[in-house]
Amino acid sequence: MSLSDVGEILARLIEDLKKKFGDKILEVNVEPKKITKVLVAPECIKEVAEYLKSEWALDYIKGVTGIDLSRLPNMAQEVLEVIYHVGSLSSEALKAVTLSLSTKISISDPVMPSLTSVWKGAEMHEREVYEMLGVNFKGHPDLRRLLLPEFWSDKPPLRKDYVAPGRER
Amino acid sequence: MAKEEFKSLEVYETGPTLTFSMGPQHPGTGHFRMVITVVGDMVVRCDPDPGFVHRGEEKMCEYKTWITNIPHLERPAILDSAGMTYPYVLAVEKLMDIEPPERAKYLRVIMAELQRICSHLYWLGLMGVFAGHATMYMWCFGDREYLVDLTQLIGGQRITHSYFVPGGVRNDAPPKVPRELVKDFSRYYRMILGKDYPGGEMPEDFRKYVLAVCDFFDARLDEYYPMLLDSPIFIYRTKGIGILKREDAISLGVVGPVLRGSGVKSDTRIDEPYDAYPYIKFNVPTMDGCDSYSRMMVGYYEMKESVKIIRQAVEQMPEGPVKLKQHPVTIKVPAGEVFASAEAARGQCSFYIRSDGTDKPYRVKICSPSFRNLIAMPYLIRDVRIADIPIIYWSLNYWPVECDR
Amino acid sequence: MGLYARRCRGASFLLYNNYPLKFSHRKAGTFCYSLGNSKTVIESVEEEVVPSSDVEEVLRKYKHGHVYKEGGGGLKYVIYKLKNLSLIKYIINWGRLCSMWPVHLTTACCSVEFAALSGPRYDPERFGWLTAVGSLRQSDILLIEGTVTAKMAQRVRLIYDQMPEPKWVIAMGACAISGGLYAKDSYNVIQGIDDIIPVDVYIPGCPPRPETLFQGILLLRDKIMNEVIK
Repeated sequence: MSLSDVGEILARLIEDLKKKFGDKILEVNVEPKKITKVLVAPECIKEVAEYLKSEWALDYIKGVTGIDLSRLPNMAQEVLEVIYHVGSLSSEALKAVTLSLSTKISISDPVMPSLTSVWKGAEMHEREVYEMLGVNFKGHPDLRRLLLPEFWSDKPPLRKDYVAPGRER
Repeated sequence: MAKEEFKSLEVYETGPTLTFSMGPQHPGTGHFRMVITVVGDMVVRCDPDPGFVHRGEEKMCEYKTWITNIPHLERPAILDSAGMTYPYVLAVEKLMDIEPPERAKYLRVIMAELQRICSHLYWLGLMGVFAGHATMYMWCFGDREYLVDLTQLIGGQRITHSYFVPGGVRNDAPPKVPRELVKDFSRYYRMILGKDYPGGEMPEDFRKYVLAVCDFFDARLDEYYPMLLDSPIFIYRTKGIGILKREDAISLGVVGPVLRGSGVKSDTRIDEPYDAYPYIKFNVPTMDGCDSYSRMMVGYYEMKESVKIIRQAVEQMPEGPVKLKQHPVTIKVPAGEVFASAEAARGQCSFYIRSDGTDKPYRVKICSPSFRNLIAMPYLIRDVRIADIPIIYWSLNYWPVECDR
Repeated sequence: MGLYARRCRGASFLLYNNYPLKFSHRKAGTFCYSLGNSKTVIESVEEEVVPSSDVEEVLRKYKHGHVYKEGGGGLKYVIYKLKNLSLIKYIINWGRLCSMWPVHLTTACCSVEFAALSGPRYDPERFGWLTAVGSLRQSDILLIEGTVTAKMAQRVRLIYDQMPEPKWVIAMGACAISGGLYAKDSYNVIQGIDDIIPVDVYIPGCPPRPETLFQGILLLRDKIMNEVIK
């Protein structure tokens, strides 16, 4: 599957999404060899995810990333960005494709709907984003700590205002 | 919240069910804990509790520069350190828009495949111990030593060699193999296979020595089959245990031999090829059994394919430079985001990197294969006997350090 | 014979029922874990002889001690002297150093080199290092390989407390000695396990080669040979 085929398929996918959802798609960032990212608002992310799974057969979750964008040098915003990287295993044509579906939520009230009903494998990934960044996933079957110790009482470690203890001075 | 949660997990409940913790000090699990609820001998519920080796790698990446990140990013999957740093190096090269020279691509492939074989030998060896077959452990570890010697020859250290850099590899393979290693290996060859190396003396030239090791290992793998994988004890203990159906495997998002053992033919080296893999012909072993036995057989056949890959790579490797230039420790990478994947020994490992143009990354996210396979554990360890727990657990090839990072 | 109180250097903590957990580090740079608003830091103490007037207070403060009081009684003194006659001491120590049973505990990445040590090329049984069994109550040596995180530290202390005397501890790898690669930037790593348990032999390396492990085992054998039997 050569690079141009993958690029073509991704272009068609984004066209289709834009046609169906119109202005709910806030931003599209396509760089052919690097990443294809689609930004939506947190209210309609579940709708977009279900559409991607049913129409385009993107049913394989590869990872969920959370970023704290409050210290970017150029365009710092007080938001947390949560990105779902999805691929496909059931359709042959889309095997080499990875789409990153992302949403931005505010730091002071980080709540968003959980996508475990769409992609079951996102359960452990969302637990990790919950404990590392403090994002509350509504509708998650079992939201509790995964990797941090039981007695962790500090703020979520991957936030930019948490400094590792050895670097404090 | 912490106190109550802790107490509820450790309490012995009287009545029909018993909850116990198969904890971090256990010969069967390593540094990982599962809280298991049983009724008699049948398991009702299994709740994995990772985090005993959570060292905060992702936060550490933000404090260290692009090049000094490589040594500590090797440590999660220390067994397969080439597979763990490969996607990081690919991602940084994509951000910087550079490509390594040809010889470096082949050297990277050889190193990645060598570590894949070493990791699978460890997997098979310990599976032998769990199934009650301790001789397999000794055989696997004895053979693994000679492959680790090769890794040491090329990279400089046994397992954590930090061999990959963005732009190539750190140093070239030596032209000649030291005399003591050749003598030691030819003695081992004669002892195990029972015949001398065809052609008289074992060669000292690097290329021919690697081919000799490949021939030896191919013959040795044929001996493993009747020893462990065809023995009635092993088949009885692993066939039909831990069945993961095809649709569930896809929807849970598992990777690697777990996915291929459930009938899904998916391998990053073929789907999204990188480096020298487009020029090398090999198969992707897939089995339809969906149980622990098929997963172990997938691992076994993958080792055979890796030997094929190493042979072709070492024969096709051209002469030339091995890195673009010597980067200073504080290089600046242009701003952007990238998502890169490569096939580690345990499955597909992916990195998401966001750079802001300075000399340190802004965010590095590691989607390691063991973390993606973790969800299969509570799903599979249900309605089985207690004696099947180590078999299912180890057939997922779960490495706790890689999951916890 | 005065009073010998053996304590570990660092905090005494790790009470099991979720009491506040404190590790404090007396090196430059802070690395403290604390729960709640408590600000007390437990001092680190070296091994020393404690005058008999302070014994009760020291025991109460540290809750850990392996103590023989002075003048404990005629029979105990006689038995102590008998056990330490050179021939009997030699035989007992020789028995201990030639049959060392380690605990089956893998802590982090150095466990790979430990597993390679048990393979056929490097054979540890010729030095008395036997195969690990699952039971803690029958082991002598606790080999901490690699990084110990805060979550694991609780269990390490429990394991150490459950082992019967005589017992020895080996710290393998740079992470167990002083935090290693994760010294400054990690939020979850104990900076050296001698904050938790008393260590007998330190083996440097990241990861140490199996030959280095052998050197550590031989050093431990020398140490056991020259120990006083209590």
